[in-house]
Amino acid sequence: MSAPLLSIEHVAVELPTPRGNLRAVDHVDLSLAAGRTLGIVGESGCGKTMLSRAVLQLLPKKAKLTGRVIFDGEDLVRLDAERLRRLRGRDLAVVFQDPMTSLNPVLTIGTQLMETIQEHLELDAAAARKRSIELLAAVGIPAPEQRLAQYPHQCSGGMRQRIAIAIALSCEPKLLIADEPTTALDVTIQAQILDLLAREQRRRHMAMIIITHDLGVVAGRADEVAVMYAGRVVERAPTSALFKRMHMPYTEALLAAIPKLDTAPHTLLPAISGRPPDPTRPLRGCSFAPRCRYAAGRCHEAKPELKGAEMPEHLYACFYPIRMAEGIGA
Amino acid sequence: MLNFVVRRLLAILPVLLAVSLLTFLIASLLPGDLALVILGDQATPENVAALRRDMGLDQPLWWRYLSWLGHVLQGDLGRSFRTGQTVLQAVAERIPVSLQLMLMAEFIGLLIGVPLAIACAARAGGAFDRFMTGSAFAMLSMPSFLTAILLIYLFAVELHWLPATGYVPFTEAPLANLRFFVLPALTLALAEWPGIMRVLRSDMIATLQEDYIALAKAKGLKPARILFVHALKPSSLTLVTVTGINIGRLLGGTLIVESIFALPGIGRLLVGAIYTRDLVILQGVVLLVACGFVLVNFIVDMLYAVLDPRIRHGHA
Repeated sequence: MSAPLLSIEHVAVELPTPRGNLRAVDHVDLSLAAGRTLGIVGESGCGKTMLSRAVLQLLPKKAKLTGRVIFDGEDLVRLDAERLRRLRGRDLAVVFQDPMTSLNPVLTIGTQLMETIQEHLELDAAAARKRSIELLAAVGIPAPEQRLAQYPHQCSGGMRQRIAIAIALSCEPKLLIADEPTTALDVTIQAQILDLLAREQRRRHMAMIIITHDLGVVAGRADEVAVMYAGRVVERAPTSALFKRMHMPYTEALLAAIPKLDTAPHTLLPAISGRPPDPTRPLRGCSFAPRCRYAAGRCHEAKPELKGAEMPEHLYACFYPIRMAEGIGA
Repeated sequence: MLNFVVRRLLAILPVLLAVSLLTFLIASLLPGDLALVILGDQATPENVAALRRDMGLDQPLWWRYLSWLGHVLQGDLGRSFRTGQTVLQAVAERIPVSLQLMLMAEFIGLLIGVPLAIACAARAGGAFDRFMTGSAFAMLSMPSFLTAILLIYLFAVELHWLPATGYVPFTEAPLANLRFFVLPALTLALAEWPGIMRVLRSDMIATLQEDYIALAKAKGLKPARILFVHALKPSSLTLVTVTGINIGRLLGGTLIVESIFALPGIGRLLVGAIYTRDLVILQGVVLLVACGFVLVNFIVDMLYAVLDPRIRHGHA
């Protein structure tokens, strides 16, 4: 097998806070082959955004990053600023969560598109303009030529996210990181944006990381899913295998917390009770144990390793994975 | 945009009216009888009464305000009873001096303050930032008469590079004129840049936290482009306000700096009018300066719209 496009090796991110160091990302290993899609799922504060910022090298200044992020054969963590700059926007692109804040309010859409193109590709203004118009058309923006002269506030949220995607796609990146690309949008727009991302990914044969709190978003779209909890990857599997048989109780709880159409009105949503552990305190045992309905004594004592049992590509970090739960939970 | 300009202009009218009323009241309600001032303390009561009648001082206050306002609206701001010069003449004679001083001071202030602010914000919390923030605070607490004296001592007395006092019109001797203005403008600029720097620095730091700056970095743009194109423009709204206020303030001349450097500007005109109780000049100059202030603020509002398209389109 050839080397993966992206390989996250033992990445940990710590943020200094007044209460002590906060473990935002706790030794994560992930890899992604060219043209494939990885979904990273977890609730707010589980470290998924910090992990994506670690890949992009856009962590807050005070954050401490250890481990390696090998992208296309180079370790981004140790890459000098100028090489990193040439890589970003060209081979490595990102779409942020909130299109209302991720576009510069005082620059026209044309400027924001063309500056990326002209920074990385050797195109003159006219060619960059032509390419911008093509990109806007490709992401489904009507009358793209008029849009170039407009400012972000003249576009709707969905439009803006399409523009952000056009910017991300502008230099044919090898990897696109979409950090909750639909969370800030209307439900009616969400599917459109996700379909747009999937279509452009296939067309351009780029790899993609979709970060979301919604298992439903990755269900039909990711090749592989990594579930994060309290800074760690707690289950990782090919998407079909995961949805066929999930092993980690947290994944199950996450899925159960998605509202379904066929539940009767006014029934309580099975939310996950309790809160994630305080990431500034040292942790003994499984981080999900305090909220887990299957947890036994051992879960509070030792930290379960992320490993595969019967299927080598289906990894989970649990002593009592769900298939054996009947015997213990009762 | 046109709609925005008209809205702003309409908002100015009541302000101008209030300004005129206040100016009039300040001058009229000052203790002491103007007629007595003019005639001196040897005047007979009959003469004083006659002059009061001539000047309309025996009329009720509201009537005097309305008739003054009527004259003002026709461009007649009155005439100094000492020199016989009209207010407009006196101001027209001196405004170039104050204007030049203001422009040079503001220019130097921005020239010092803006690059320092950007440098500080780019490495906020670093050694350079801490040093400059401290220096700015020290400069801010230095009174301008002290700065002026120190500058005169250094550049005029010790180094003999620049003249300490004096003035020639620009049209007569441009180079000499500029030399006369360097020290007073620098004195004012040294008081201006700390404010400029602190305001822009803190706005820049806030802007650099924005998502769109993170995206600009993720797009692989050059650091200079991120700072100057993506961060500077959205950070400069407060800077424009501060600069506008400074300009408005300096438009009225600076009493201290103009006096120290013997520049015949608006500030000296005002001081003279106060000493000689030349109320007509005082009233007229204050009114004109206040109108200038309002005008500058109007221009600042227009600049907002240029800087931020959301204001232009009536979104924010």
